[in-house]
Amino acid sequence: MGTNPDSAAQRSRTLEKLTPYLFISPWILGFLAFTLGPLLFSLVMSFYDWPVVGERTFIGIENYEIMLTQDPLFWDSLWVTIKFGLFFVPFNIILGLLLAVLLNQRVIGSGIFRTIFYLPSVISGVALVTIWAWIYSHEYGILNFLLGLAGIEGPNWLGDPSWSLLAIVVASLWGLGGTMLILLTGLQSIPKELYEAAKISGVPAWARLLFITIPMLSPMLLFTFITSIIAAFQQLTIALLLTGGGPLESTYFFAMYIYDNAFKHFEMGFAAANSWVMFLIILALSLFVMKSSSAWVYYEGEMKNKENADG
Amino acid sequence: MAGVQINQLHKKFGDVPVLKGVDLEIADGEFVSFLGPSGCGKTTLLRSIAGLERIDAGAVTLGARDITTLQPAKRDIAMVFQNYALYPHMSVYKNLSFGLSLNGVPRREIEERVQNAARILQITELLKRRPKQLSGGQRQRVAIGRAIVRDPKLFLLDEPLSNLDAGLRVTMRVELANLHKRLGVTMIYVTHDQVEAMTLSNRVVVLDKGKVAQFGTPLELFYAPENLFVAGFIGSPKMNFLKVDARTVGARQIEISGQSLGLPITVDMRSELKESSAGQHTLGVRPDNIEFVSEADAHVHGQVVLVERLGTESQVHLTLDDGQQFTVITRGTHPVVANDRVHLRFPAQHCHIFNPEGEAIPRALDAETRSLIDRQKGSQQATGSGEDQ
Ligand SMILES: Nc1ncnc2c1ncn2[C@@H]1O[C@H](COP(=O)(O)OP(=O)(O)O)[C@@H](O)[C@H]1O
Ligand SMILES: [Mg+2]
Repeated sequence: MGTNPDSAAQRSRTLEKLTPYLFISPWILGFLAFTLGPLLFSLVMSFYDWPVVGERTFIGIENYEIMLTQDPLFWDSLWVTIKFGLFFVPFNIILGLLLAVLLNQRVIGSGIFRTIFYLPSVISGVALVTIWAWIYSHEYGILNFLLGLAGIEGPNWLGDPSWSLLAIVVASLWGLGGTMLILLTGLQSIPKELYEAAKISGVPAWARLLFITIPMLSPMLLFTFITSIIAAFQQLTIALLLTGGGPLESTYFFAMYIYDNAFKHFEMGFAAANSWVMFLIILALSLFVMKSSSAWVYYEGEMKNKENADG
Repeated sequence: MAGVQINQLHKKFGDVPVLKGVDLEIADGEFVSFLGPSGCGKTTLLRSIAGLERIDAGAVTLGARDITTLQPAKRDIAMVFQNYALYPHMSVYKNLSFGLSLNGVPRREIEERVQNAARILQITELLKRRPKQLSGGQRQRVAIGRAIVRDPKLFLLDEPLSNLDAGLRVTMRVELANLHKRLGVTMIYVTHDQVEAMTLSNRVVVLDKGKVAQFGTPLELFYAPENLFVAGFIGSPKMNFLKVDARTVGARQIEISGQSLGLPITVDMRSELKESSAGQHTLGVRPDNIEFVSEADAHVHGQVVLVERLGTESQVHLTLDDGQQFTVITRGTHPVVANDRVHLRFPAQHCHIFNPEGEAIPRALDAETRSLIDRQKGSQQATGSGEDQ
């Protein structure tokens, strides 16, 4: 007699636990259908020889083997991407921070400047590339025109393999408005009394930036660090449209390598394997950065057990 | 010697004048409070002294130095902020030493100064902690410690106790008083709490809309307020006010009368009256100076609205016959109840009279009160003796 109401109560409790999931079910369905599904599907694909049209055959890890051992383009494009990242990531963060610090000063028109600096982040990538193509153009580009006024003969920015990657780094940095905005928001959440207390104690401006601003901003810096790494690895649009990977593959990015394998050579299985390698690299880098962050990131809300112990 | 002198200090925010010509002379070693309602300019005045606000006109002198245009760091001051402003990512030790280490103070001396401040404030145990791991009272101590290690000529404190709970506030108040005694350094203390101001200070600056309403010892403010604002602001519950007519009846006497006043009152004044009084004056009487009397002896009559029994005293809220609200404090066991009709008498020696401009006409004080005020002034001069070179 006692079991029936018990199990009824249990059932209603189970239902209660399910309720929140029902509320987010539209998102869950979307996630399963459009994110997790394709993700797993691409993993499966990467173990197949999977031409767009024709026979699909399971080939195990052969795609990965070929990529790592027989395709020099894989290593070349990876190296280009890493070189790009080594320039792009630090410049993106440092320039974003400097801009944010400048725009955080209470000067007349700082609102206008904020908008101006954010504008490139809003403009479509294609329009941006068109602008840069015009800036960099060897013969009638404005950059070489201006250099010419100063008596310098500018190089062929996009045509010379020793300048092309740098040109793309600079063009990519045009979008640092997003980084700037995140850091600016972070700056504005730092209580101004901290700076006033420091001023009264005679702490010079550089030390206020180094010892107050940067530590207080470290969670945002971590965030922009990781998103910049991801952005660097996913760099495609600008190079694709500006240089098409050339000259001499000097701007042949890893993402472009994937793109070509998928949509030029129609090797979907191989491209899927490329993508998974890129994913694993990004994952490893992000984990490494996250792991190191406990040494340099300060979280307002958090009280580490470690600190409690020595306090 | 580091007294503070402020001359004709003006400060506007945009078009809004916030400080309208402040003059102050604070003696070396004095504990002075800035007291006033919220928004009267206390913080702005303090920040102007600290150099955190650029002032529009006037001068600030600390000791023999004109510091009006100096950078905050060069002023030889320390400030304790209302929300403590501790660096959350630094340990307590680092919070105290941060400024020193960037100013080329040798390591050994920093260590000494920090340990010394920590000992005074009893926070030695906490030096390794982060601010997040401290209670409100402990954070407050650290904030004060950061001021002490600077060994400044002037301490500026902006409502340092307002974020603490009531019990802790009383404890910290006592500690602050002891700290001031121990360090002997000039302190300026901003508060909107008159109990803090009255208990801690040698003298209190009452600010009203960016102007000094009165600068005096706590008892002076209470027994000899110089104007309606101070009279109404100091003392709780507030002083009662009545519109009256006044006329000079002797060299040192004023007689007040009027529609609302059943019988005239003759009040002795402190000094000979230069000009005769006429026109609409204001009579002020503190709630605890009013007596319940028989109808025939009364100055005013009214009806009790509410009696609040506080034990040692009862606060009686009533409406006078002319419609005014009045508060009377009487003994705890007084049998008065709501709706009673009561008759009030204002003893002449407790009557404050204010001229039509709202300025007090100084009344004669009884010998006891006078000697009390003089004693408080005397002890203030003892503290401030350093400056009277
Ligand atoms: N940075 C500022 N900008 C504009 N107005 C301000 C600023 N700081 C204070 N005020 C105004 O100045 C007046 C005095 O402020 P404050 O000195 O903080 O008063 P208090 O400390 O006595 O409460 C207030 O009306 C306040 O709104
Ligand atoms: Mg204030």
